[in-house]
Amino acid sequence: MYTRSLCVFAVTFAVALSAMVASAQSPNLGKPISPAEIAPWDINILPDGTGLPPGSGTPAEGARVYAAKCSVCHGQDGKGGTSTRLVGGEPIKNMESEKTIASFWPYATTLFDYIRRAMPWRQPRSLTNEEVYALTAYILSLNKLIGESETINAQTLPKVRMPNRDGFIIRFPDRTP
Amino acid sequence: MPTTPSDRVKPELKNLEAVAANGLLHRRLFLRGGAALMTGYTMVPSAAGQQLTDDAWSLAPGVTVPDYGTRSRFEKNVVRTLSNPKGEPRTQHARTPHHLVNGTLTPNSLHFVISHAGDPDIDPDKHRLVIHGLVKQPLVFTLGVLARYPMVSRMAFVECGGNSAPLFSSEPIQASVQALHGLVSCAEWTGVPLSTLLDEAGVDAKARWIIAEGADPPHLSRSVPLTKAMDDAMIALYQNGERVMPGNGYPMRLLLPGWEGNMNIKWVRRIQLTEKPGMTFYEARTYAPILPGGKAYRFYFIQEVKSFITHPSPGLAMQGPGFYEISGIAYSGTGRIAKVMVSADAGKSWAQAALEQPVLTMAFTRFRVPWRWDGRPAVLQSRAWDEAGNEQPTRAQLVAARGETTRVPPVNAFPSQHYNAITSWSVEPSGEVKHVYA
Repeated sequence: MYTRSLCVFAVTFAVALSAMVASAQSPNLGKPISPAEIAPWDINILPDGTGLPPGSGTPAEGARVYAAKCSVCHGQDGKGGTSTRLVGGEPIKNMESEKTIASFWPYATTLFDYIRRAMPWRQPRSLTNEEVYALTAYILSLNKLIGESETINAQTLPKVRMPNRDGFIIRFPDRTP
Repeated sequence: MPTTPSDRVKPELKNLEAVAANGLLHRRLFLRGGAALMTGYTMVPSAAGQQLTDDAWSLAPGVTVPDYGTRSRFEKNVVRTLSNPKGEPRTQHARTPHHLVNGTLTPNSLHFVISHAGDPDIDPDKHRLVIHGLVKQPLVFTLGVLARYPMVSRMAFVECGGNSAPLFSSEPIQASVQALHGLVSCAEWTGVPLSTLLDEAGVDAKARWIIAEGADPPHLSRSVPLTKAMDDAMIALYQNGERVMPGNGYPMRLLLPGWEGNMNIKWVRRIQLTEKPGMTFYEARTYAPILPGGKAYRFYFIQEVKSFITHPSPGLAMQGPGFYEISGIAYSGTGRIAKVMVSADAGKSWAQAALEQPVLTMAFTRFRVPWRWDGRPAVLQSRAWDEAGNEQPTRAQLVAARGETTRVPPVNAFPSQHYNAITSWSVEPSGEVKHVYA
């Protein structure tokens, strides 16, 4: 362990040194920016719930938003239209299997993240956080992944266990932290 | 009487050593400077016996030189093919016509593009790049500020993870090399090393990933290991010398040499350093190829060693027996191309191809082999190796590991991703070139 500690120390020292040298030589023209200034763009959600904003929504609230803003492409009750269906799906078997939310998506947080950043297709970033929570709750409920009267918020969403959570193999473990 | 291509071949060619079956010749033909040799694919009938004349364009002043050059009006057929030309609410793909270009550098107008909600029309003066998260000091950069930084230039291919996916079809799909392999291109990219900007912000010791995000309507986001970000990642501002094209990320894109195209975030506006990956839509769902049995690969970062023949290829008909050049492109996300072998008998015998110099890491390498076609059926294949020792698999090897479809999908479908196995072209006695599995 002594050797390893020494190695870690040496690497850490070298990295710190190179960082100091780099920033000393760097133009340093980046302008400091505060979290409050970044906030409108700070929309990444991680599987553990990091980044989830205040607010909440229920499947019933989500159904109303869905009918007004989503069903035109994704069809009534998430059954699909000009765009993909959001409900149902068979277990994944091979490359021809349909990757649905229920059959494939490993984390429920990805739903919130993707709806908020990309949907509706013609008006991205137009939904309030409450609407995104409600839509997330509605889609999870349609897929029977939560109950019809459950509330989705920053605490409950990361706890939703998706059926295919463990269906993945890291392709390049030596390059994946 | 018109001459045939074989009649016009220089006499010394007739004595060239055949190094593999079906007429593959030694690559020294090129090493000795045989560039003047004609290739058959676009030959025009000879005007033998007719006196040369001056044409109209030689007899009067030409057109005024334009301020921004465009190619000859006779080259109008050299275009990308569009999967969604009316911009309907779904992804658009524009594929590079590899059979109609040559060399190693893709012209900007022909570089492949995938846009999930159209190309944003970004005012460069209003664009911002923010670096935040696990850093000592969050920073914001304008294009004007980045333009003052020390820059680097490098050649790099960018390839969609779904390029070549039609070859997962159980039956060979009859389509051009553009349709089958058109979602890869290669350009010289110039910009600021991302490590410079991350160092300025001060990377927190806990950071292991970056999550990069674009200013496009879907705000496309992908997680990238910090090691890659600090190694050779670039905020690219220029593409083949001019500002990055709108479809390729204007005014700035993340370039991750050798890695899955979708991760090379275009129109990049924000980079958050994190301890864990975001498991974004495109990494959690889309770019996770399903394996036989139902498990799926996650984080298929690398575009693995690959090659395909562009000349001849479907759509480029042979002009009768005689001399031709077989050429194509090879590339690898794990280093330089070390060797390319070419077969004209479906892999039974192989000839080593000449590699155009310089051979650059994670960039297109053009390979060439001289060929005397005897007019009989031939099956052409290329196979590449990279300096890391990786070997391009045969299709049988790849299918054994990854599977294939049970039905023939549409050519524009993506039944899976990351196909890097061998492509086979059958040359028919009629001169037609077809896609086959061999």
